[in-house]
Amino acid sequence: MELILTSLLFLALVTTAVAIALVRRLFAVVMLAGVFSLLSAMLFVLMDAVDVAFTEAAVGAGISSVLMLGTIALTARSEKRPTHYSLVPLSIVILTGLVLIYGTLDMPNFGDPMSPVQTHVGPDYIQRTPTDIDVPNIVTAVLASYRGFDTLGEVTVVFTAGLGVVLLISGLGRRIRRSRREDKAPSKGAKN
Amino acid sequence: MDHHLILRVVTQILVAPILLYGLYVQFHGDFGPGGGFQAGVIFAVGFILYGIVFGLRRLRSKFPDHVIHKLVALGVLIYAGTGVVNMALGGNFLDYNVLSPDPVQGQHWGIIAVELGVGVTVFGVMMAIYYAFAGRPPSLDDKDW
Repeated sequence: MELILTSLLFLALVTTAVAIALVRRLFAVVMLAGVFSLLSAMLFVLMDAVDVAFTEAAVGAGISSVLMLGTIALTARSEKRPTHYSLVPLSIVILTGLVLIYGTLDMPNFGDPMSPVQTHVGPDYIQRTPTDIDVPNIVTAVLASYRGFDTLGEVTVVFTAGLGVVLLISGLGRRIRRSRREDKAPSKGAKN
Repeated sequence: MDHHLILRVVTQILVAPILLYGLYVQFHGDFGPGGGFQAGVIFAVGFILYGIVFGLRRLRSKFPDHVIHKLVALGVLIYAGTGVVNMALGGNFLDYNVLSPDPVQGQHWGIIAVELGVGVTVFGVMMAIYYAFAGRPPSLDDKDW
């Protein structure tokens, strides 16, 4: 049953990806990207990675779609028709895909109990969490406590990203400069 | 979107449960799936939905830019500040055991504090990015899509 569901979801995922590549109207592309995210979230649920699925559904399908729509509103509604078709990008993509698939051949199967992750780090956390931290969700224990430093780094990355966007495109600098100019202007008038 | 009566009514009904769900995800992260990242995004989505339907200006008058920008920094400060408090109490940076006489209880307090920091920053960043994109002209009419 799980195998059938996974295969169906992967099929739908590939179909959506092909549709994204073919459609020219960017509004449809954004909606399809949301569908792609929701399908990935379902796949993550099937793989028992509920936390990741949660994030994918909230960020990928929710916020990203809104932001992409905002970007479309600022730029163009539809993709430009390509002037010529070149084989080089297509062959590079196919080659990279083949290399990646070749890379997975050495990896342990999904859920293999003898894989290094399951024999080394995983059991350690599962054994220690009830006595050390005593929270039912081990993902939270690893994220916030055992790997607290990493999460601090992640929050800083989010912070920096937000800072960059605000500084680059919110027009904050322009508004500050304008308000400064307005502050200066009356004082000049007072001198004269 | 003044003429979309159904959207407006549905949004009015939906915003409060979305925010409540965001808080649930934030503070229930120790027990079920979720945590600061997801909660911050869901909480922001509630406000962004309001902003899309009722207009960015109304949202901005309730939640001005400078408040959002301070929230972005506040979250990181809460997170790093928890670590500094631990050091002040004689532990290592981000070693929550010292927050309470009972080390396990201390871990609980620490996790709640840092998850709150994550949630506040993610909420602030999502709102700031939305403001930055949606706050720029031109705004579109429905038929332009």
